[in-house]
Amino acid sequence: MSDLIEARDGKAVPPSTPEPARVATVAPQGRTLLVPYLTAGLTEDWTDYLLAVQAAGADAIEVGLPFSDPMLDGATIQQASDRALARGVTVASILQDLSRVRPQVRVPLIAFTYANLVFRPGAPEFCRRLAEAGVRGLIVPDLPLDEAAAVERAAAEAGVDLTLLVAPVTTDERLAEIVSRSRGYVYAISRMGTTGERAALASSAADLAARIKAAQQRSAPSHAASSAAPSATTSLAAPSRVESPAATAAGRNGASGARLPVLVGFGVSGPEQAVEAGRAGDGVVVGSALMRRVLDGATPADLGAEVAAMRAALDRADQEASADHASYAEISGHRG
Amino acid sequence: MPTLMREPAAGRFGDFGGRFVPESLVPACDALAAAFQDAWADPAFRAELDDLLAVYAGRPTPLTPARTLSAALGVELLLKREDLAHTGSHKINNVLGQGLLARRMCKRRIIAETGAGQHGVAAATAAALLGLEATIFMGERDIERQRLNVLRMTTLGATVVPVTTGSRTLKDATNEAMRAWVADVDGAHFLLGSVGGPHPYPWMVRELQRVIGEEARAQSPYVPDVVVACVGGGSNAAGTFAGFADTAARLVGVEAAGGAAMSSGRPGVVHGARSMVLQDAEGQVAEAESIAAGLDYPGIGPEHAFLGAAGRAEYHAVKDDEVIAAVRRLARDEGIICALESAHAVAWVLREAGGPLLPAGSRIVLTLSGRGDKDMATLEATA
Repeated sequence: MSDLIEARDGKAVPPSTPEPARVATVAPQGRTLLVPYLTAGLTEDWTDYLLAVQAAGADAIEVGLPFSDPMLDGATIQQASDRALARGVTVASILQDLSRVRPQVRVPLIAFTYANLVFRPGAPEFCRRLAEAGVRGLIVPDLPLDEAAAVERAAAEAGVDLTLLVAPVTTDERLAEIVSRSRGYVYAISRMGTTGERAALASSAADLAARIKAAQQRSAPSHAASSAAPSATTSLAAPSRVESPAATAAGRNGASGARLPVLVGFGVSGPEQAVEAGRAGDGVVVGSALMRRVLDGATPADLGAEVAAMRAALDRADQEASADHASYAEISGHRG
Repeated sequence: MPTLMREPAAGRFGDFGGRFVPESLVPACDALAAAFQDAWADPAFRAELDDLLAVYAGRPTPLTPARTLSAALGVELLLKREDLAHTGSHKINNVLGQGLLARRMCKRRIIAETGAGQHGVAAATAAALLGLEATIFMGERDIERQRLNVLRMTTLGATVVPVTTGSRTLKDATNEAMRAWVADVDGAHFLLGSVGGPHPYPWMVRELQRVIGEEARAQSPYVPDVVVACVGGGSNAAGTFAGFADTAARLVGVEAAGGAAMSSGRPGVVHGARSMVLQDAEGQVAEAESIAAGLDYPGIGPEHAFLGAAGRAEYHAVKDDEVIAAVRRLARDEGIICALESAHAVAWVLREAGGPLLPAGSRIVLTLSGRGDKDMATLEATA
C-alpha cells in the first residue's frame, strides 16, 4: 500500500507536524514483529519501562492511556489502569512524559485508549496532541468501523494512524472494509473475550489472521490504486517473510504487493504463545503478560529481559521458518 | 414526534445513541436488533408477552389518586403503581420481553448488571420462569447496601458475581457484564436493564417499557399537564414518556443530585452509547453518589439526552435528604412505601408544587417505579 512506501521515503509526515525523533522503523526482512503494550503512568518511572522494552527489541510500543471504564480489558489491565489513575496521571501528563523521552524513542508509539478520552477534547484536538508528543498511531477498541469516520478524518489530518480491530466473529464483508480502512497495521483480536493472560492461544487467532491476509491479497491491487493521497504511517511494514510459496505466487509486486502487517493480540502470554501468534500473523502484541509482571514489582530491567526472551524466541522461529522456506525453494525451484 | 414513537435509524437519537462497542460485539448487537425487530412485529410474540404481563406480572398496574397529598399540595396527583408489579418494580416489563427474546434466539443463559438489585431480581425471576441460567453482576458496594435483593436473586437460582473494580457500583457492574458477554456471545443474551447501552438496547427497552405509559394514558381521566418519573438510566421514565409523547403534557425526569447526568454532565461515550455523562475535563467518567443505588449511575439513556437537548423533556435534580423526606411523606399520607429511586419523582413534586415549575391546580401523572422494602435498612440508618 502506498502509505508504507511513502513512509519509507519519509514523505508521509505532514509539513505542519515536526518529524518525530524516532526513525521510521521498517522491520528487517523476515522478522516477526513484537509490539509490547504498557499502561502509561502506572509508576513514576514508567518511561524507563518503555525504553527498556525498546532496547529489548520491541518493533513498536502500544502506550495504554488509562481510562476509568476499560470495557474490553481484563483484570490485569484494569488494575494497571486503576492504579495509574489513582496516582493522578492524566493524558496531558503522560504526553508530557513522552515528550521528555522523545529524543531516546526510536520505535513507533501507538496510543491505545477508549473513545470517551478521544471525544472529550474532540478528535482533532486529541489527535493533534498525540502527534505533538510523537505518538504516531491510535487504537480505540470501543470505536467500531461504523462510528469511526470522524476519528479517521481527524487522525489522518494530524498524521496519526488509526488502527482498526478485527474480531473472530467479524463477517467477511466487514473484515474487507476494516482491512481497507485500517492504518498502521491491522489488529487481530485473537479470541472472543477481554485482554488478559490465557493458558493457551485460542485457535481462532490463526483462522482470523489467515482471513485478514486473504482479504489483503484480494484487495491489494485496487486499494493501492485508490489510496493515492498521502497518509500518515506508523511505519511498521509487513515483513516479507513468506508463509507459503502460494502466498508468493499470489504476488507482492511493487507497491501493490505491500500490505499492512497483521498483529495478533489479546491473551498472548509468554514466548511460546508469542511465537504461535507471530506465526499466524506478521507479529504479536503482548500486554497483560507484561503488565502483570510490573504490577508484581518487576523493574524496567526485569521487563526488558522478559521482552528480550520473547524477541529471541521469535527470532529463532523466524530463522527456522526461513531455513524451511529455503529448503522448499531448493526442491521446488521457487525463489521469491 | 421526533422519537419515542419509532425505531431510531442506526440507533441514533439526534446526536446521541449509536453503538460504541468492541468489534467482538458488533455482530451480536446486529443480531439482537434484527431479532427484536422481527419479534416486535410478530403478533404471536406480542400475545405471549402480553399474556405473561397480565397473568404473571399482574398488569395492568393501577393508577392511584394520591388524595391526601393532592389536597395538601393543591394539585391533582395520580400515581402509576409499578411498585405493585411482580418483583416490586417496572423492571419486570423489560425482563419478560428480553427473556422471551433470548429464548427465541436460542440462548441458554442471560447476563445482567444491577445497581439496587431490582433489575437483578427481575432478571433472575424471568430466567427462572423461562428456564434460562442467570449470571448477575453487582457492585460490591451495592451488595452491602442491598442485601435483601441479593438473597432474592440467589433464592431464584441466579449466580450473583460481586464486582470489585472502580467505584464498585452499577457503572462497574455494567462494564463487567459487557466483558462477560464478549466471552460468551453465542450462548448468552445480555439482558440490559435500562435504556442505555449500544443500539438496539435504548430503543428495545423503551419499547418494552412503553406499556407503563400506554396504560397510564388509558387509565387517566384526562391528559395530564405534567408527567413525572425518576431517571437513572431512565427506563421507567422512557416507558412513561412514550405513552404521552404525542400529547401536550410536559415530560419531567427527576435525577439524583449526585448522579445528575442531564444537569451536570457533558456529552460522552460510556457503555456503548453517546449520551450525557458525568465526567472530568479529560473524559474520565465520574463516580455518581446517591442514596438510591438504582440512580447511582453517571450516565443516562441517549434518548433522554436527545429529548432534553430538543426541549421535549425537562430534567431536574433532587437531593438525598429531600428523597428520604419524600419516602416518609408518601408512606404516612398515602400508605405507600416507595423505593428511594421512585421517591425522587415524589420529592420533586413536593418541592415544586405551587411554584412556577408546577403551578397550583396542575394535573400530574407520576410513575412510582418500585416499592421500598429493599430500602428499610438505609432509611433506618438515616432516622
